[in-house]
Amino acid sequence: MADKRETDAISGVSTTGHEWDGIKELDNPMPSWWLYTFYACIAFAALWVVLYPSLPFVRGVLGYTTRNDFTGVMREQQARAEPMLARLRAATPAEIAADPELRGYALAGGRIAFATNCAGCHGSGGQGATGGFPSLADDDWLYGGTFDAIHTTISVGARNGENPEARGVQMPAFAAAGLSMAQVDDVAEYVLSLSGTGGDATAAARGAPLYVENCVACHGETGEGNRDLGAPRLNDRIWLYGGDKASVVRTIAYARAGVMPSWSSRLDAATINMLTVYVHALGGGER
Amino acid sequence: MKRFSHAIIEKNLLLLGVLTLITVAIGGLVQIVPLFLVETTIERVEGIRPYTPLELMGRNIYVREGCYLCHSQMVRPFRDEAERYGHYSLAAESMYDRPFQWGSKRTGPDLARVGGRYSDDWHVAHLRSPRELVPASVMPPYAFLERPLPMDEIAAHLRAQRSLGVPYTDEMIASAAADLRAQANPEADGAGFAARYPRARQGLFDGNARDVTEMDAVVAYLQMLGTLVHFSDVTPEQLLQP
Repeated sequence: MADKRETDAISGVSTTGHEWDGIKELDNPMPSWWLYTFYACIAFAALWVVLYPSLPFVRGVLGYTTRNDFTGVMREQQARAEPMLARLRAATPAEIAADPELRGYALAGGRIAFATNCAGCHGSGGQGATGGFPSLADDDWLYGGTFDAIHTTISVGARNGENPEARGVQMPAFAAAGLSMAQVDDVAEYVLSLSGTGGDATAAARGAPLYVENCVACHGETGEGNRDLGAPRLNDRIWLYGGDKASVVRTIAYARAGVMPSWSSRLDAATINMLTVYVHALGGGER
Repeated sequence: MKRFSHAIIEKNLLLLGVLTLITVAIGGLVQIVPLFLVETTIERVEGIRPYTPLELMGRNIYVREGCYLCHSQMVRPFRDEAERYGHYSLAAESMYDRPFQWGSKRTGPDLARVGGRYSDDWHVAHLRSPRELVPASVMPPYAFLERPLPMDEIAAHLRAQRSLGVPYTDEMIASAAADLRAQANPEADGAGFAARYPRARQGLFDGNARDVTEMDAVVAYLQMLGTLVHFSDVTPEQLLQP
């Protein structure tokens, strides 16, 4: 390319020597603010490489790692919360509920822990869901609604295979344990009659002796249930798996077994105490 | 002093070529060399094992359905994440993921530690109809997963993973289909299965003993996520980055 650099008559600046259809380009230097910002960026990058881990296998002068940073943040938070957590750990749930200050903290902390860990199954307000997820806001308890009972249930869970002390026994599937489907049907009618929702009194009468033979041991003579075994009460109209005839038949024939994780291995003692107080306050707490 | 001009490089083809090669080589080395030493960045923790055949099939369905588009599997080392999901994820926990499912979008919650948080029944009911259990959920229903799991290519899936570096043994590949059936049936003799895949749980994941369904596989996979490392056994030194 022939060098056609010339001085522009108007600005007095040299041109680059390029020309396109009569249009020429001035050879101005880059603005100094831009150039120095660019150099500052290079210097910042160099400093960063020295201070922080940015090259493979080089830790950087500050020794920073995200994990150490995280550990520090968690330790700081732990230290800030520790005075209150220690009190919440040391007190029993009943004592916490009796102390207005502790109770306030427990309800606030329990609400958050409940939303994070429990609401998936038991609903955001503890209302439960059909399909075996019990309501925690009513008076009907599988394992009891006292502070101690709730505390134990949260700690050990039910039928989870991870905690040997987990609550709940396994109901037999009566279709496989000797009852014919006609007999299952009769027992279902009898079970429904316990809560006054049955339709077929003759079938219920046929089911009564079968109920005594197979069901009384856990669910009781009048269907009052058994909290030691986690056998639900059958003489009310609250149903875990549905109170229509088809659901009850299916429950008797193939059994049900709700599973709840053991939270003692996942949550600390203070959080379990807060959850206990919170669940107790949802509506069904017993003294 | 003569000012440096890039015109010197631009006008000399050989010099331009050599300098370009050097620049690209530096960039390449910085990215490639660490990969040869990736073993040193994986924490040495107990409990990590390859996926069982049933879990692997569940994982394939997870990938097929694009679960990673809405669910991440990466608890980052931040306080808010640790308080919601649990311990931050370790490199070791995805060392047998081909490809990894870390994800980059959380429309739904992170699933890296979802294992054991819910019951099998919950997962089945939730996959079938998410809004039955979580009214505000925007997750689509996956009721169609209750169809038989294709069983004829299980060993091939294990072989494919082995060719990518997952340490499946010949024995594991030979008994892949049997191990899959054993895991999905709590009544089955699981001695061989348990020896090959320690701490893996046998169960009726979809609550139905009739046949092994895609639902079984997905629930088995979800229920093991994040459960392999027992953090009570891990010392802080094991988690230090090299």
